[in-house]
Amino acid sequence: MSLVIESVAKKFDRFAALKGVSLTAPTGSFMALLGPSGSGKTTLLRILGGLEFADVGHIDFEGLDWLSLPARERRAGFVFQQYALFRHMTVAKNIGFGLSIRPRKTRPTRAEIARRVEELLTLVQLDGLGGRFPSQLSGGQRQRVALARALAIEPRMLLLDEPFGALDAKVRKDLRHWLRGLHERLGLTTIFVTHDQEEALELADLVAVMNQGQIEQIAAPAELRASPATPFVADFLGQALDNTGIVPIRTMAPKQSSQRTGDASHVA
Amino acid sequence: MKDILHPRAATDDHPLTKIALSAIAIGFLILFLFMPLLSVFSEALAQGWRMAWDALREPDAVAAIKLTLLVAAIAVPANMVFGLAAAWCIAKFDFRGKHFLITLIDIPFSVSPVVAGLVFVLIFGLQGWMGQWLRDNDIKIVFALPGIVLATIFVTFPFVARELIPLMVDQGRDEEEAAVSLGASGWSTFFRVTLPNIKWALLYGVLLCNARAMGEFGAVSVVSGHIRGLTNTMPLHVEVLYNDYQYVGAFAVASLLALLALVTLTLKSLLEWRFAGELAASGRH
Repeated sequence: MSLVIESVAKKFDRFAALKGVSLTAPTGSFMALLGPSGSGKTTLLRILGGLEFADVGHIDFEGLDWLSLPARERRAGFVFQQYALFRHMTVAKNIGFGLSIRPRKTRPTRAEIARRVEELLTLVQLDGLGGRFPSQLSGGQRQRVALARALAIEPRMLLLDEPFGALDAKVRKDLRHWLRGLHERLGLTTIFVTHDQEEALELADLVAVMNQGQIEQIAAPAELRASPATPFVADFLGQALDNTGIVPIRTMAPKQSSQRTGDASHVA
Repeated sequence: MKDILHPRAATDDHPLTKIALSAIAIGFLILFLFMPLLSVFSEALAQGWRMAWDALREPDAVAAIKLTLLVAAIAVPANMVFGLAAAWCIAKFDFRGKHFLITLIDIPFSVSPVVAGLVFVLIFGLQGWMGQWLRDNDIKIVFALPGIVLATIFVTFPFVARELIPLMVDQGRDEEEAAVSLGASGWSTFFRVTLPNIKWALLYGVLLCNARAMGEFGAVSVVSGHIRGLTNTMPLHVEVLYNDYQYVGAFAVASLLALLALVTLTLKSLLEWRFAGELAASGRH
């Protein structure tokens, strides 16, 4: 069971945002779409979420013809870059939204929704903040509300658009570790978009490096570092190594390399 | 010591400047807003409450009041829907000719209402393009209710759309996309996400639209035909009475119009005051 994307292409007017992208990722993997701005990574994520439509191509996810499903039937939890919280609703209403708009037959009772919301608030460590409005929260808290809202619909996959883009460095670090832990607990297929090489390499177990609407290389971080497939990948990752220095990445290596090479062979 | 006790603001101006500016602003308001309003009411009541009251109960006046309310009751909801639809498609979709559409929406603001009225006469009048066909089918538009409603809709069209477009453009599509990705249908997205986010701007636009719809003179004057007790709205009735030297009646009806406007403004202020918190949350005013 896996996510299989086959030669997906998309044009905006005359600009080709995606020029035939193919990739395979096992269910439950934590994948980063990494690339400079304009590389098509967000477009691919939005196509997966059903918010944009591919001109050609095919996507299969766990046996479902993914592109033929309308966005509202995909149950793809989407976390937006600016969070897109419903500003006129409390945090609790935001999180419960996906459950409360279900058709009457499948809609949980009010008490059941309230219970789920409480659970999710605990999961994202926002206990007691259910009555606040989004405007009364910090950036990191909003981020976690957006995540809880996406998780409430029991999504088949989780899609995150630049999940840490709008946060300051300290919060970003904390949230990153927390998100990694959450993924290990829930085991949801998670795909996130980032332009930050360090973030992609540290967090994901599979990184797709994108450039000008194409995938340059898709591999586990260790493999990517060891043998970049194209000059672009080498250059793009090289910047990461230069910026952050070799040392912190080496100190991380022993803990994560074994797990990641395992994933890499699994993918290959 | 004194300076410490009375900290100065960085934008400190000479006290005289402040007083002079305030005096000019207040003087202007009194001269051009309060005085005319006051004089309307005082003229209406010049010969006592009874005379003013009788002028309002006179059959032609009653007919004019009823017609004005009826026209507003049709034109305002229609423009609420049109304005919402126009703002929606401008703010949430990208398409060719978007700027042209925005310009079109502004036409009623830039075109003289009289010209607008003449256009309707030209299209629907007896000598107009559709005149023959309308007469053959016994449909009356000009010099009847439909013409007055059309002219009013035309003149008041921009109010709702203009109020909504900047807000909806500013809010973007993110929340709607979020709602859809959470499984919401088009209707529940509209009623549970879009509408609550724009309700205050919408209400404000509708109130302005209503005030203008009841007060419109130029365009309605051209298409109404001034048939007393039949196609005269309140503003037209005021003119007729005034030209007949019936000052008390004219000012009594004018007072009623002014009163309707004041009620509109009070309603708006009241709502703003009552829901100040929510207004701040939706990022408006």
